[in-house]
Amino acid sequence: MSVNFLIHRAKEIQAVIDANASEIEKLDQEIGDGDHIFNVQRGIKLVIELEAVIKDLPISKALNQIAMKVLSGIGGSSGALFGTLFMTMAKGKDIDNGVDYKKAIEIFADGVEAVKQRGKADVGEKTMMDVLIPVSNCLKKGVEDNKDVKEILQEAIEVAEKGMFSTKDLLATKGRASFLGERAKGHIDPGARSSQLMIKTVCESVLNS
Amino acid sequence: MKKFMNSADDFLKESLKGFGAAHQDIVNCHYDPNFITRATPTKEGKVALISGGGSGHEPMHGGLVGYGMLDAACPGFVFSSPTPDQMLAAAEKVDSGAGVLFIVKNYSGDVMNFQMAAEMMQGPNESVLTNDDVAVEDSSFTTGRRGVAATVVVEKIVGSLAEHGGSLQECKALGDKVNKNSGSMGVAFSSCTVPAAGKPNFDIGDDEMEFGVGIHGEPGRRRDKMKSAQEITNELLEAINEDLKPETNEEILLFVNGMGGTPLTELYLIYDNAKNMLDKKNIKISRSLVGNYCTSLEMQGASITLTKLDEELLKHWDSSVHTAAMRWGV
Repeated sequence: MSVNFLIHRAKEIQAVIDANASEIEKLDQEIGDGDHIFNVQRGIKLVIELEAVIKDLPISKALNQIAMKVLSGIGGSSGALFGTLFMTMAKGKDIDNGVDYKKAIEIFADGVEAVKQRGKADVGEKTMMDVLIPVSNCLKKGVEDNKDVKEILQEAIEVAEKGMFSTKDLLATKGRASFLGERAKGHIDPGARSSQLMIKTVCESVLNS
Repeated sequence: MKKFMNSADDFLKESLKGFGAAHQDIVNCHYDPNFITRATPTKEGKVALISGGGSGHEPMHGGLVGYGMLDAACPGFVFSSPTPDQMLAAAEKVDSGAGVLFIVKNYSGDVMNFQMAAEMMQGPNESVLTNDDVAVEDSSFTTGRRGVAATVVVEKIVGSLAEHGGSLQECKALGDKVNKNSGSMGVAFSSCTVPAAGKPNFDIGDDEMEFGVGIHGEPGRRRDKMKSAQEITNELLEAINEDLKPETNEEILLFVNGMGGTPLTELYLIYDNAKNMLDKKNIKISRSLVGNYCTSLEMQGASITLTKLDEELLKHWDSSVHTAAMRWGV
């Protein structure tokens, strides 16, 4: 993982999110307040616009800049949560000496753990954590079991999709959807959908490279 | 969508510029990051009160910056929380050394962003979290109740204490007390449109209302058929009273808040109907506030807030205030 890798994945994510924007917006209007898609689109745009500033920086500094940018540029819960994710990844030990896939998985998992603390949300509460936590666990387990990287990423794509669909029948206890009680049942969580799309995009991109 | 706007991207900035220019005797608007301060610096030794939240709820919070209330407000994008860089820049500008009290409505985005700002901040700071909306039944849901119109009452009363030399801890304690003594509930007749979205936040039939609506149009307790004003008012007050349990002859503040698209004519009608019911229950309305203070863009609807008042709260409610949206005693 390099700064160049981050920028390219951000551009691919932008295309995928844009292509699915109206679907995500509709999900949010059903159970949220309708701002999720704008937050996500604004955040990705801001990261891409950072290219000139971060392209020659060590990855820890680049990740920190991305963190501050999404934090200040997105706002809402998404900004705080994604800001926490990147800020934690930036603190990964020795990452400026190179980040192989094992290291990338390690810092991603640390980031997801920090997001879990920030949002105080766990699996089963109808949030993006229903995608991020299982994906993080699946990636870590893949490394522990010495699986081939392609196999790990293929599994992560499947786990992300399963996690996303699982939010449909869950009762929300976190985020604005929690104010709906039973009424949120039957709707996929928009944050779970957008994060699943991001995971899928990054994993597929690595698989196809 | 019909709105006064030139482009969705410039919507907030142009509105802030207009606000700053129209009230330049009271406030200063700062940009990138966006925050609003009083036109005059914080008095030495005075605790600085900072609030903020998504835009679209005006006059909350920018209109509540000024003598006797807030020292600064951080407006986020429409219906989106402000960010730590705004809060930190505002704190740096208004902290006189006596500390900063953040007043935060209980919405997850606001809570997380203010929490990050508090973690990153160097100087002493405390936070008051408002959660006056009784519409969400108490349950194991840790997100808890929403913070809505009583935030205005908290800012007025704590603002007065800070102005009169209250310490950071005293201001925090009074803020928590006002919040605990307040209950609110709202109802919406129509939806509202976030400028960047371009279409209504939710659908609602011509003959329907959202009972217990949140301040972004997010659903409340149930979708009901329209009823008479007296029936709606009674149901709102019953829900609040059940939670707040005001005693017979207890003094209260009756605050009828418009959500942006309901005329004052109707808000005063609600006030009359609320008074009818409270009189019957021998609850003493000793102070009143009627108007659009905690709005949801152009949403048609209203909320009622009751705050139980003791001598201390009464004194700070009555003290002088001079902001764009509230002014008395000066």
